[in-house]
Amino acid sequence: MIDWIIKLLMLSSSIFILLAAIGVLRLPDLLTRMHASTKAGALGITLMMIAASFHFFDSVVMAKSLAVIIFILITAPIAAHAIGRAGYFVGVPVWSKTVKDELINCYDPDSHRLMSGLETEEELEVYRQNLDYKPRIRVSSKDKKD
Amino acid sequence: MQFVIYLSFATMSLAMVIIFIRLIIGPTLPDRVVALELLASVIVAMIGAYAIYTDTSSFIDVAIVAALTAFLAAIGFARFLERGGPRDD
Repeated sequence: MIDWIIKLLMLSSSIFILLAAIGVLRLPDLLTRMHASTKAGALGITLMMIAASFHFFDSVVMAKSLAVIIFILITAPIAAHAIGRAGYFVGVPVWSKTVKDELINCYDPDSHRLMSGLETEEELEVYRQNLDYKPRIRVSSKDKKD
Repeated sequence: MQFVIYLSFATMSLAMVIIFIRLIIGPTLPDRVVALELLASVIVAMIGAYAIYTDTSSFIDVAIVAALTAFLAAIGFARFLERGGPRDD
């Protein structure tokens, strides 16, 4: 009985990973590719780790595979967010059929500040005044005084 | 059981080949980073399958470390891209 569960989990895990790979190859855009890779890849790892914990059926192995699952479920969205943000700001072209791009004029590449588009005029004024004081590279306080 | 394990190994190897194609032709550097991250995910799942295949539970530790290094590499690449640097896709 448990053998069949392990077989089913392993097969579905590898099929999900294959789907993620096909999505990464076939989809037209960085963001859509990321959409394929993160979700299906995390689900594939999760199913494989559940299969491993069923196979060994030991409390230590179950704890370890649970740790792997939780770690993947926490870090995969963070890494995807970081890469997507960096890719968008670097200027990777989006797909030509993209319907909506809400961030299109909200990013300042000099100060790396992302506006929400809803700032009041006073906040914008404070931001503009402080613009010259912000160095791109962090300097020590000793150099700043000179 | 053996047949299913071999089949899932074959499927994941096919996935690795497909990801390698994207890694080579990927038009920009973030595309390649995404492909590398998915490749690391495939490697973690493959380590899990190998732990089942050899009946050795210690390989789960290797999977933990592989997932950790993949996450650090992705974050490092993202910081490198966003903060600039010489780049030639």
